[in-house]
Amino acid sequence: IFADSKLGLGRTALPSEITAWDVDILPDGRGLPVGNGDAIVGEETFANKCASCHGDFAEGVGNWPALAGGFDTLADEDPVKTVGSYWPYLSTLWDYINRSMPFGGAQTLTSDEVYSIVAYILYSNDLIEDDFVLNEKNFQEFNMYNSNGFIIDDRKISEYPIWSKEPCMENCKKSTSITKRASIIDVTPEETSTEVE
Amino acid sequence: MSNNKKAPSRRAFLSGSAAAITGTLASASTANEADPLITNVQDWASFTGDGVDETPYGLPIEFENDVIRRNVPWLTAGPISSINFTPIHALEGTITPQGCAFERHHSGAIELQKKDYRLMINGLVDNPLIFTYEDLERFPRQNHVYFCECAANTGMEWAGAQLNGAQFTHGMIHNMEYTGVPLRLLLNEAGLNKAQDLKDKWVYVEGADASSNGRSIPMEKALDDVLVAFKANGEALRKEHGYPVRLVVPGWEGNMWVKWIRRIEVSDTPVESREETSKYTDVLANGIARKWTWVMDAKSIITSPSPQKPVTHGNGPLVISGLAWSGHGKITRVDISKDGGITWETARLGNQSETKALTRFYLDTEWSGEEWLLQARAIDETGYIQPTKHQLREIRGENSVYHNNCIQTWNLKATGEVENVEVS
Repeated sequence: IFADSKLGLGRTALPSEITAWDVDILPDGRGLPVGNGDAIVGEETFANKCASCHGDFAEGVGNWPALAGGFDTLADEDPVKTVGSYWPYLSTLWDYINRSMPFGGAQTLTSDEVYSIVAYILYSNDLIEDDFVLNEKNFQEFNMYNSNGFIIDDRKISEYPIWSKEPCMENCKKSTSITKRASIIDVTPEETSTEVE
Repeated sequence: MSNNKKAPSRRAFLSGSAAAITGTLASASTANEADPLITNVQDWASFTGDGVDETPYGLPIEFENDVIRRNVPWLTAGPISSINFTPIHALEGTITPQGCAFERHHSGAIELQKKDYRLMINGLVDNPLIFTYEDLERFPRQNHVYFCECAANTGMEWAGAQLNGAQFTHGMIHNMEYTGVPLRLLLNEAGLNKAQDLKDKWVYVEGADASSNGRSIPMEKALDDVLVAFKANGEALRKEHGYPVRLVVPGWEGNMWVKWIRRIEVSDTPVESREETSKYTDVLANGIARKWTWVMDAKSIITSPSPQKPVTHGNGPLVISGLAWSGHGKITRVDISKDGGITWETARLGNQSETKALTRFYLDTEWSGEEWLLQARAIDETGYIQPTKHQLREIRGENSVYHNNCIQTWNLKATGEVENVEVS
């Protein structure tokens, strides 16, 4: 594959450096540190570090994301996509909380805190009992509610052949009329215009 | 002197310029009185202007103060994990000025100095490596122009006509000339023999910011045209665009263009990170969601006339100007309709289309004050034709959030005003 020879740039990464940065968790659980937590412990951590945005019951505050609820709404007019109703893998929840939450104070949680927060979010979605102790071993057996809810991009089959025919240029339809207007919704921000004096 | 005032553009338009529309002739007209801007000596023709030491690094002249990024506060919970919009209605050509090129952050625009910058390559490689910024500048480099379009561009328009302006409906996009190192050269430096068969391998890339924005990219794409870029439009990346180093993923959704990139991991499986499960997956009408919808399909938008660029010059010659692009390659043709899609005429491409880059198109036409339903329809080199919103909805429903590349309709009214509408 490579015609290019090596240039000898860069230096070997040390194991401690890789450990510090490579913290991603794979869907099969690879990458999980040893640790555990349950929803009873997680409730307190969640209340202290998460609930101000995500709500006491992970239901979401204001525009901040709801993490629980919305089951069986994905085909509705307004789907509610939460960890419980939508996310396919538990690994993603652990990985994302550990790496990027709390918002504004990321990478401050211990592994056990992450396990317990994950357990509390599962409990808030009625997916486990409150005394279920989540750890790196039983983690992999957990099947998320919407784990079968995804297909790989199928546009090549479902769309591209339909939209690759020579397009109509004249008399393409009998008539046309306006069905929707942005001015009726009227949610566009007012512009800041410049007046030169 | 200038000052900024909040004023609805529509009102400014009505009071300022509607009167100019009547009575314009199609041919050059004659003046009754001499123009004092010509007959009187103006200050700028007599006094001197600024010295060359006035502006070591300049900003646009004050009269262009409306050509700025704008945001829509109600779209997100706050401004840190949020989006703003490129003023595409006011731009021409294809290159987006960096200073008004849109931003999308998940934990804000971070400040990362070159001396603090590190890039790690690890995972299924022969020798995991750390590069400094200086190391990256010693690799053979390439220059390419590519568009970066947010997967959510036009996403607010799925259910109807909502935001009134091309900036808001289509402005989550920019187009720059990038200088960078092909990702395959960096992977080669670490060595991919350990990865064995590369067909089923992936790279996971993540940023240095708190959100990390980790995404999984199939090895085939990583070895094809992905760049690790450190310059854009000739100069260093702007802070908000990933300074000092970002990923450039030609033709693919903007989320994968990881900014402040700090780590590339070769893996035997996709990570299925938050940004490719919870987000950037597209729910279909039956509740099943598409994942890994990486490519941005062919799309176009008339940037003028548009709601923020009404026709103020009256009847006669009118330039219809717009942008077209495709993640599958070059734009080969753009058609324009003035009657909501009943009849079409082919536009003129304003530049030689480059692959996976913005292309400018024009239709030099005449307007007699009649009402138009303006549309543009892009065709790319694969033969793909930009669909209508109805066609997209028939297959996807209204809740896929991302990848809305529908044909946009602008209603040009007799007054010269323009509105975002949907048509049957």
